[in-house]
Amino acid sequence: MKRNIILFLVMLCGFVLQTTLFQTLSFGGISPNILIIITVSYAFMYGGKCGMVVGFLCGLLMDIFYGNVLGFYALVYLYIGAANGVFHSIFYQDDIKLPLVLILVSDFVYTFICYVLLYLLRRRFDILYYLKYIMIPEVVYTIFVTVFIYPMILFLNRTIDDVERGENKVV
Amino acid sequence: MSPVAKRKKGKFSIPSKYLLLILTCVCVALMAVTFFTDYSASPLNKLVGYIVVPFQDGVSRIGTWISVRIDELGELRIVLQENQELKQQLDELTVQNTQLQQDKYELNNLRELYKLDEQYSGYEKVGARIIARDSGNWFHAFTINKGEEDGLAIDMNVIAGGGLVGRIIDIGPNWAKVNAIINDDSNVSGMVLASSDILMVSGSLQLMGDGVIGFGQLIDSQNTVKVGDKIVTSNISDKYLPSILIGYISEINQDSNNITKSGKITPAVDFEHLEEVLVILKIKQQIGDK
Repeated sequence: MKRNIILFLVMLCGFVLQTTLFQTLSFGGISPNILIIITVSYAFMYGGKCGMVVGFLCGLLMDIFYGNVLGFYALVYLYIGAANGVFHSIFYQDDIKLPLVLILVSDFVYTFICYVLLYLLRRRFDILYYLKYIMIPEVVYTIFVTVFIYPMILFLNRTIDDVERGENKVV
Repeated sequence: MSPVAKRKKGKFSIPSKYLLLILTCVCVALMAVTFFTDYSASPLNKLVGYIVVPFQDGVSRIGTWISVRIDELGELRIVLQENQELKQQLDELTVQNTQLQQDKYELNNLRELYKLDEQYSGYEKVGARIIARDSGNWFHAFTINKGEEDGLAIDMNVIAGGGLVGRIIDIGPNWAKVNAIINDDSNVSGMVLASSDILMVSGSLQLMGDGVIGFGQLIDSQNTVKVGDKIVTSNISDKYLPSILIGYISEINQDSNNITKSGKITPAVDFEHLEEVLVILKIKQQIGDK
């Protein structure tokens, strides 16, 4: 229960920071994608089920505020969470390279899906432009921010694990 | 969950493939519902309005407070440095000041004359602050800190600095989402003020980088429309009130069909540094409305 409340707060903080702080910290109008970092991290640390729920909720939050159709972003994030859950079996706490690669690939896939479904279908064909000015900068910025945020999430979850383990011992 | 906790609980034991299927169905159902009906998720809007918006409001308030304090500190240092020089230049400045006050008086007069030009100053407006921006990089909608409780409604026009910003497309009790006219999925029916030619102003992500908006479908057989002409919202627009300034033409090109023209408009609003906006509390009358 405690864990779920903290998870919810993490998502809320991520969304609030992404829409306020990181919009003012944007480089050339590009801001990092915090929600994808959270989704991938939780999927990677706790498996597909957790990733799915986190992804679904993150996407739903985006849909409610900035989506044209409710459920679109939720679906995209849901599948990103589910796909990253597969890698849970090779999760080692001290390894930061794999989560970085996973987040890089996930964010690229995410922006690419957004391009295809939201832009290409409205006959915006100049893929190189969007690749150069939107997708690649977003991925690079997101990776940069991940280096700071991923250890924070990891530390938070390790602390919760320790606390829970301690409680179990006492009982 | 950690292995210890998992063994203890174990009541949620839906296999993950079924969870994926269920959530996918939920998403598809939501999309179908919002796409095919007018249901605009108002309970969800209300819920997140009370959970998320206070945080966004707070964080952006803190951000503004900090940036104002930083500015103040910087200004203080400059003022202290300049104080010495200014004391020496006091006499000179007194004379200059008199001159400037005269200029200012003149400027105010000219400004008032200029304001008469703007027809829409008669509409009742309410000020609002931008508290959050679109979390993705593909669209540039933003959230303002006023909603239904302040008398706002969907389709109300939003202006800032005398120019059109966009319109409200989604609303909650204490927030509203504004779609800017520079957004890639936005189209506004506009009109050249001088010649009353109708054109279509459509936002584009590619042009946004240059700080301009595109326009097209301008039929100008007399070749009267020139670079620098004022573009305002047209009378035939469904959602926008007439005669709100959009911007000035910065480029015109003949289309390959030789009938219509297209080009670029420099918007009247500085979209990059937008912080406060005005919402016009009047919705364009629709056919069939009373």
